[in-house]
Amino acid sequence: MSPLWLLVAIIVFALVGAVLGRNRAVSCVNGNIATLHSRPGYYGSYVLIWTALPAIFYMVAILVAQPFYNSSVIDTELRTGYTQSCDLSLARIEGDADAETPAICEDKEQYETLDTRRALMRSVVESVAIGVSLLDEDTAAKLHNGLVAVRPTLKSVGVALAEDVPGAVVDAANRLNEVNATGNMVLIAGVVLLVILGFVLSYLRVKPRLRARNLVESNIKVALVLASSIAILTTVGIVLSMLFEAIHFFSQVHPFNFFFGTEWDPRFTSAGREGGGEGSFGLIPLLWGTLYISFVALLVAVPIGMFAAIYMAEYANNSVRAIAKPLLEILAGIPTIVYGFFALVTVGPFLHDAGAAIGLNISATSVLTAGFVMGIMLIPFISSLSDDIITAVPQSLRDGSLGLGATKSETIKKVILPAALPGIVGSVLLAASRAIGETMIVVMAAGIAANLTANPFEAVTTVTVKIVSQLTGDLEFNSPQTLVAFALGITLFVITLGLNIFALHIVRKYREQYD
Amino acid sequence: MTDATNTQGETIATSTQRDLGLKKRYSKERRFQALGITAIILGVLFLVMLFLSIVTKGYSAFQQTKIHLDLYLNAELIDPSGNRDISTIQMPIRYNKVLERAVSKAVGLDPNDKATRKQQRVAKSLLSKGASVDLRDLVVENPDLIGTRIDYWALADGDIDSFVKGQIPRDIPETQRLVKDAQIAYIDQLVEDGAMEKQFNTNLFVNGPSSRPESAGIAVAVMGSIFMMLIVLVLALPIGVAASIYLEEFAPKNRWTDLIEVNINNLAAVPSIVFGLLGLAVFINFAGLPRSASLVGGLVLTLMTLPTIIIATRSALKAVPPSIREAALGVGASKTQAIFHHVLPLATPGILTGTIIGLAQALGETAPLLMIGMVAFIKDFPTTPLDPATALPVQIYMWSGEAQRAFTERTSAAILILLAFLALMNISAVLLRRRFERRW
Repeated sequence: MSPLWLLVAIIVFALVGAVLGRNRAVSCVNGNIATLHSRPGYYGSYVLIWTALPAIFYMVAILVAQPFYNSSVIDTELRTGYTQSCDLSLARIEGDADAETPAICEDKEQYETLDTRRALMRSVVESVAIGVSLLDEDTAAKLHNGLVAVRPTLKSVGVALAEDVPGAVVDAANRLNEVNATGNMVLIAGVVLLVILGFVLSYLRVKPRLRARNLVESNIKVALVLASSIAILTTVGIVLSMLFEAIHFFSQVHPFNFFFGTEWDPRFTSAGREGGGEGSFGLIPLLWGTLYISFVALLVAVPIGMFAAIYMAEYANNSVRAIAKPLLEILAGIPTIVYGFFALVTVGPFLHDAGAAIGLNISATSVLTAGFVMGIMLIPFISSLSDDIITAVPQSLRDGSLGLGATKSETIKKVILPAALPGIVGSVLLAASRAIGETMIVVMAAGIAANLTANPFEAVTTVTVKIVSQLTGDLEFNSPQTLVAFALGITLFVITLGLNIFALHIVRKYREQYD
Repeated sequence: MTDATNTQGETIATSTQRDLGLKKRYSKERRFQALGITAIILGVLFLVMLFLSIVTKGYSAFQQTKIHLDLYLNAELIDPSGNRDISTIQMPIRYNKVLERAVSKAVGLDPNDKATRKQQRVAKSLLSKGASVDLRDLVVENPDLIGTRIDYWALADGDIDSFVKGQIPRDIPETQRLVKDAQIAYIDQLVEDGAMEKQFNTNLFVNGPSSRPESAGIAVAVMGSIFMMLIVLVLALPIGVAASIYLEEFAPKNRWTDLIEVNINNLAAVPSIVFGLLGLAVFINFAGLPRSASLVGGLVLTLMTLPTIIIATRSALKAVPPSIREAALGVGASKTQAIFHHVLPLATPGILTGTIIGLAQALGETAPLLMIGMVAFIKDFPTTPLDPATALPVQIYMWSGEAQRAFTERTSAAILILLAFLALMNISAVLLRRRFERRW
């Protein structure tokens, strides 16, 4: 029985239990439900919780534990199998000084030293196990005794193997099937036991005086607390997973070379080859590209966003505001992939042609292209945040300034903007953090060559582009070429987190002034 | 203004002096206003340019050039054995000859005339290389067609399609043109005969990806997106609502809840690609879920959407006045009952609006999906969330990397479809808010 059906069975049974529990509560008081402590439904829910939850927890625990147990079983089985066959072959060639080391011993050596080899063998054993379970009893017995070849036999039931496998693998696969069968038994027996036990105990406790509502509600509250800690878990997950892989990376590449290196040349080696070229992983050119593009983007977005916000907050009448504000906010709802495509097929070629017309050589993917398009994307972030902040400046400040004879623009420049400055700085910082973490626009419009250049017409690359390019395609998770993406990721995370916290801090501090 | 205090008491400005300054100040005022208007106009202009550029590039992809063929499904070519064996009749190569003969006839060549071999080959090149596969599918579905004569609209080749739509100009030298003079002659002839015309491009909506633009479609990608949106909805909505209820209604004010709150605000601003790295490290490497599966994509997008939903739900809960809670508590409801029976139903419109907006964000997200291997050429429709899948924005990303002119057009069309979905979701969110929002 698959876990999904088991889950369905548990839930169905628990629902039946809930109905029974509710009916028992009602019949206990002969239908006079006013004398119950809680409304009848709560007695049903109480039985439901006790019937379903322990069994589900047990099921999840077993399902999580089983793969770990399985792999340890496979490992011990393979090790003993390899050792036995190796010893046998060694004994056979004993005394023969010219004989080469038997192939099986090399396999054993590889298995014991290489992680990748172990993972590969594990998956081979798993697929053999599936194949064996599909065979009829007779053939399975033959296979077990080594009377038929493994590969063609398994192919007949639709399991394709890349190479023929030693007998140890078949033994391990058989053992795995046994373990799986036992595991299944333990799972189902435990679930049945827990469901029945939970039902009987809770059902017997259903009495008019049972404080069912309080018991059910405390369970609900636990669920609510768990749901809200998922946010924390996500952050912890982000930090831990990236830190873990980044530490792995830093054990192969010195942190100093990463953070202060000025050359980016990871030199992809083909997957599976050990060693290979030592690449250089300098963060500086990527960081430079990221900051340069973000700077250009802010150069576009800040003036446009600010002036738009000022106009909408201070000058525009309601009808203009009602049209302009949502229109600008559409810009924030457009997926970044669309901006990337816009940059790639429209803005890039346009800037290239325009540059050629006035004698400038602007490459189609350049700092300018990516920065300009990203600037468009950031306009609504700046304008709506600044709009809110400008509107939040108390009217008395405006009235005071206007009463002294200042024009509206003088009031804005000399009174409102200084008062709103911290909030505006906050919004610019938030926009900057967006720009730094933005991926699709730069992937499509900034280029992939890591240049340390100040020329805005040339292509540069960014941290996010390199995360994408290091992690797409064939992956091998132990090479620094792949792991560097996590080091880049945590750098990005720390930078944006720092900017966000700083920006929120500024915004919050500002808000307190007029409350 | 500091100048004013200095000069005070010395001289009183004459009216002309005062007016001089005033004029300057007023023109400054006008300039300042003009700057504001310019900024808004620029912003809107960029928006219009963006849409125009995509619409003008993409609208033509909703049509596809097809060639009308009077097709004789010759049984000797398709099924020489005559027993309708599926393994025989499902070979696309058997239909090549059928199509070749039909297209030769359509341009007025005799298919049996060996002397016009070269012209026949040119005529054949007008057809898509996928045409034989399409015809195969048709015949495999109704084997009775074999040996009959049918009217058939065959797909034209991608470059021919671009030429007919006017995207490949006629007036450039032949050596630089993708469509050759000989082909153009036949195209003109076919168009004149009414045997070549643009029809609605159903392939775009029902096909999976293809290396041939004329038969490429977004259906597989849309399927993946639908799976992911369902997963996000099923996971993020209950978890988000539960978390918000706890934070808004139950949580004591202490360090732990402060931490959760700061966390949620920060998660909302974490770059999406970081979520992709999380998904890769935790769901794929650690938990061993399959790469490219829409389940993993859905989980990653759920984590990304949670902060949006939580923030929206909390403000919706906050908007329900305390009197509702107090009234419920007053008639003997417990706190949980007051919230689940009274506060939550009243906050539902706000919660749904936030959820739809969160889903719309998730639908357009690309970067994290690249991290978890959803960028792949996947031709089979995913049937479960564990099957390899792509998503609509990822399909757009992959198509935008293709060089052919016909792919640019289809990329724009796919973007238009994506934007249409997003617009639909956002408009329904706005309508929902307008219709059900209550002011207390």
